[in-house]
Amino acid sequence: MLTAEKNWYPEGVKRCSLSQFLVWLGCISLFVLFGLLAALVILFNGIGVTGLDNYYGFGLWITFDLAVIALGAGAFFTGLLRYIIKIDDLKNIINLSVIKGFCCYSGAMLILTLDIGQPLRAWFGYWHPNVHSMLTEVIFCITCYLTVLIIEYIPLIFEQKQLNKIPFLHHMAHNLHLVMPLFAGLGAFLSTFHQGSLGGMYGVMFARPFAFREGFFIWPWTFFLFVLSAIASGPCMTVLICGFMEKITGRKFTTYRIKSLMAKIGGAMLVIYLLFKLLDTWFWATDTLPRMGFTFDQMYHGLAYGKWLIFSELGLCGVLPAILLMVPAFRMKPSLMYTGCILNALGVVINRYVFTVQTLAIPVLPFDKWTVYYPNWAEWLTSLMIVAYAFIVFSLSYRYLPIFPQEVPLNRGK
Amino acid sequence: MSAVKEFTIRWGMVIDIDKCTGCGACMVACQTENNIAPQPEASNKLRSLNWMLIYELNNKKSYPDHDMAYLPRPCQQCGNPPCVSVCPVIATDKNEEGGIVSQIYPRCIGCRYCVAACPYHVRYFGWFDPVFPEGMTKVLTPHTSVRPRGVVEKCTFCHHRWNYAKEKAIFDGKNPKDLPEDAYIPACVEGCPSGAMTFGDLNNPKHKVYELSRSKNAFRLLEKLHTQTQVYYMSRREWVRKQGDNYLANDKVIGGANHAHG
Ligand code: SF4
Ligand code: SF4
Repeated sequence: MLTAEKNWYPEGVKRCSLSQFLVWLGCISLFVLFGLLAALVILFNGIGVTGLDNYYGFGLWITFDLAVIALGAGAFFTGLLRYIIKIDDLKNIINLSVIKGFCCYSGAMLILTLDIGQPLRAWFGYWHPNVHSMLTEVIFCITCYLTVLIIEYIPLIFEQKQLNKIPFLHHMAHNLHLVMPLFAGLGAFLSTFHQGSLGGMYGVMFARPFAFREGFFIWPWTFFLFVLSAIASGPCMTVLICGFMEKITGRKFTTYRIKSLMAKIGGAMLVIYLLFKLLDTWFWATDTLPRMGFTFDQMYHGLAYGKWLIFSELGLCGVLPAILLMVPAFRMKPSLMYTGCILNALGVVINRYVFTVQTLAIPVLPFDKWTVYYPNWAEWLTSLMIVAYAFIVFSLSYRYLPIFPQEVPLNRGK
Repeated sequence: MSAVKEFTIRWGMVIDIDKCTGCGACMVACQTENNIAPQPEASNKLRSLNWMLIYELNNKKSYPDHDMAYLPRPCQQCGNPPCVSVCPVIATDKNEEGGIVSQIYPRCIGCRYCVAACPYHVRYFGWFDPVFPEGMTKVLTPHTSVRPRGVVEKCTFCHHRWNYAKEKAIFDGKNPKDLPEDAYIPACVEGCPSGAMTFGDLNNPKHKVYELSRSKNAFRLLEKLHTQTQVYYMSRREWVRKQGDNYLANDKVIGGANHAHG
């Protein structure tokens, strides 16, 4: 069995021994196991076991969802660039993007099911939709987009060496590849709307001064800002995953040129995003807030909700990575490029955190007080479970599926 | 932001803060009337269920200028409710005559988006299954549903009492759309010993709230957010009126003629 397993590897690659691989999978599975136990406790006792309360109806879970969905945006955006705008080089990294998108979206859906108080009613969103609610749009788009991601992932699985010997699967994979531009387009459309409506969800809360953003027609600025920040950080996240995989496997998967091209795309998007984000922040601080009876200073408090958040988000994780990723001399240095990518991804995480948690933290009633929210074990364990789940999907895909077209030539002689 | 819906009847409340002693009778009346299970761990105020809550206000000055006030807070039944448009499954709505914001428990999926959208913190989530002590189930109000865990609940101005009043009016051969003063009042108003709360149709000149809500001492909470609430507060004290909204140093004094009757 041990030797037969080798027949499942992609053509011409090297992989670690099965026992080593099983130890690795076993360690990660521990996190999945703990997460599953936490999930059972939550489903059995209700979400009262989490750290959420009546002030913080949204907490770590929603931040996690929004963050992974933004970071997963590499999939739709890379798909768009590869198939529609036809940047052919990206074919070397598109598969990784698809797997990443699939993990992020399916993971977010799992967390969402835990997060709602009545999981058995999750389907009500389709059955009794409120067309005015941004959340309805999120529910529809996230489901459709996950379906598209599954459709994009299936041909990858069918291309597995042994499966591909089965004529039906072979043809299916081939035919699906032919229609992939269509799905890439569909995915880009759905995902754009979905990223946007996630942003819109917060921007339309007109009684919450931190989040409220007026904007264009029915869409608040956050609609566009979320799309832009997602496509700025998504490609960088793909680069980070690729770099990380190369580090732990000791093999090369794509050329540095491809990675830096992705980083450059992310950087360029970050510049555009920052431009609009800074304008938006300025308008919010000087116009929206005073109209609602608030000042910029009142939006920040203590350490957990301090001003360091906005300075880190826009400066340290905004302007700095934009420079690192856009100036060729910096981008050519791996350490600086990876730093840029990490900061860019971190920036979007802070952004999603403040929109979900800070928004609720601010006492809008003048006689109300600040309270601090701490996620507890139930939220951490389930979130870690999703990360571990993604690790497993990546590990299996890397071991058995031909996802990196450049792997064999790049590692010749190793 | 959706437009404010017009209703012929607009149920509303006027709470005279100068009369409120903060005794908590309204809270108790509400808990009992609406079958809110006693909390085993009520010390965690962020997890408790209080459709009606009393806030303590003070003028932030020290003795002898120190002054304080109590502010009972039911659902404000916003004319332009931030909570309604966000709900993905139309579990909450402001549609019915009377302008009360409804909450349909069997449809709510517990996403808590409405909780996030409401700045008044009036929406409560059922974190755990309600447990009623032995014997207590016999004294539950039969006309109010008990809620399972995992849904959001809130004050409905004791909507079931309105249904009674309407049925009674029909039975008596009267017009259910023109109820006299006091034919329908929520439990908190009925239970208030100091007469701080008045309830009625804000559109009906025959009801006391009509005049009271238009008095120069009347104000609404967070007026600047344009939620157009149907709960009015009154106080002769300027600092109380000012504290009803987040006024800034350069703002004009809030209260009195400053607000529109939407
Ligand atoms: S007070 Fe809150 S729950 Fe009540 S109608 Fe207004 S926004 Fe909705
Ligand atoms: S918690 Fe219930 S009522 Fe509130 S928005 Fe979600 S589904 Fe609607």
